[in-house]
Amino acid sequence: MSDDFDGTDELDRAAPPELTADEEALLNEMPTLTDVGQSRRTFLGQTIAGGLGMFALDLLALERSLAALAPSPEAVYAASAAENVVRVAFNVNGVTRTLDLDSRVVLLDALRERLRLTGSKKGCDQGQCGACTVLVDGRRVLSCLTLAATLDGREVTTIEGLANGDQLHPMQAAFIKYDAFQCGYCTPGQICSAVGMLEEARRGDVSHVTEDVAVTTTQLTDDQVRERMSGNICRCGAYPGIVAAIQEVHSGRQTAQTWRFVDEQQLARVRTEDANEAV
Amino acid sequence: MRPFRYVRASDPNAAARAVAANPQAKFLAGGTNLLDLMKEDVERPTELVDLTRLRLADIRATSAGGVSIGALATNTSTANHPIIRRDFPLLTQAIVAGASGQIRNMATNGGNLLQRTRCQYFYDTAMPCNKREPGSGCGAREGLNRIHAIFGWSEHCVATYPGDMANALYALDAVVRVRGAGGRERTIPIGDFHRLPDDTPQRDTNLQHGELIVAIELPKSNFAKNSYYLKVRDRASYAFALVAVAAALELDGGTIRQARVVLGGVAHKPWRSREAEAALSGRPASDESFRRAAEVALADAKPLAHNAYKVELGRRAVVRALMRASKLA
Repeated sequence: MSDDFDGTDELDRAAPPELTADEEALLNEMPTLTDVGQSRRTFLGQTIAGGLGMFALDLLALERSLAALAPSPEAVYAASAAENVVRVAFNVNGVTRTLDLDSRVVLLDALRERLRLTGSKKGCDQGQCGACTVLVDGRRVLSCLTLAATLDGREVTTIEGLANGDQLHPMQAAFIKYDAFQCGYCTPGQICSAVGMLEEARRGDVSHVTEDVAVTTTQLTDDQVRERMSGNICRCGAYPGIVAAIQEVHSGRQTAQTWRFVDEQQLARVRTEDANEAV
Repeated sequence: MRPFRYVRASDPNAAARAVAANPQAKFLAGGTNLLDLMKEDVERPTELVDLTRLRLADIRATSAGGVSIGALATNTSTANHPIIRRDFPLLTQAIVAGASGQIRNMATNGGNLLQRTRCQYFYDTAMPCNKREPGSGCGAREGLNRIHAIFGWSEHCVATYPGDMANALYALDAVVRVRGAGGRERTIPIGDFHRLPDDTPQRDTNLQHGELIVAIELPKSNFAKNSYYLKVRDRASYAFALVAVAAALELDGGTIRQARVVLGGVAHKPWRSREAEAALSGRPASDESFRRAAEVALADAKPLAHNAYKVELGRRAVVRALMRASKLA
């Protein structure tokens, strides 16, 4: 892989989608994803007035970005679209990336919109939900409140960088095992936060529920886990599973998984039985 | 967010000069409050001077038994530093009572002091706010003011200072070391660092534009054994204080030699009650002494329409914090 990343290497080069005339017209009015500020909001307003649903909007946005990027990658991020451009060279999941960014771009948007690492999620975009949590130089931080320009020479690890090839990070595996999510939107942030948090615990860092801050302990009670993870909100309320998953990784004591995925044969059998019943 | 010029400072003097030269420039450290406010269009700097590469993160013991804490040390590294945990546990407790693990990893000590209020009217650009837009009025004075001040407010502003760390620093007699554009340093006692709103609520602190916080200095403390930071909020974690109390006692047997009582979440700055401290001095460490001190501490409170609860909550919080500090509870 090239050391110098121009922001387009990893894009899918999908065939242009088939669009209706209305969609085509809307698409042509829509600004590119580099401009996610006022003009995009204006576009959304116009489109909603036109009667299209939000789901269609998201698809259009994605297709527009792909269509625009494929033939002429440089045009999308032309200097005219960005102001106060800052060159940032940083390491993301083990690969050096060099980006020319508008000084306003936060790490979360650089990851999602320039590097196509969409695992880190935009929840509140103002430091209240934790969905955007990533590791910078090994420490968990909020990518929505980190200016990308400040990261020159730093090392960023996102949810995409935790697994070792096909082998999940123990925290990822534990989240699956303990059903530690429902919708999954907060999950990448929860997992990155948990990985950073356990490193803090290993160092003996204190928390708000530490009884005596002069005493160092590396063991975490469930209350400690809950307090230390309070920066990650889960609307589905998957907290019991999250705490259990983290505690398994923290303790190193594996418990048996109480469920498993069906295999193809089992699935086929169930389908056949269902079909028979229907008859 | 509005466009701004990004400048990476190479040394503290250059940083101070750069900000001093542009009235619309701001220092950027952790960014946890500034970036949020820029996204909300409350802060509108035309230039950010990035301090994160400066060597101002040292935490070291001073010869006099105190500690000097670098302005750019993160909240996490400060709270967990062995000297702080051993000799200034009140500061550790206050820091970890605030924000979240992620935010404390990003936030610096200098930035923590410069947190802006969490008043909803300050954040909402559709609302009047004398702090955000001098002369526009105060939305909270006659509006929803449940989280607002009960001490020291003015008709121009009823906002509170939201931080925890500064409350503990006040109880620990901290001074803030700042450096001006010319390289000259001065120290500001933490009690004089933040301001009351009066008729200029747009000014949170007594820093001059372009003055850079370089360190926070704590003198030797006799409070390490008997101190407690109590924070009361709407949920158990990751929320701003409705009322907080930094309580510190120096005990001689069962007698209080000296005390510190600083309330947070009740005024435009950390609110120290010297009256309560005087009422405790020389008294036995007891529930009765603490109740009397709490009465004194809240005696001059002037609640607004929706925050009278803070007066009684404040009294109980003072008693509770002192009970915990003296290990009677």
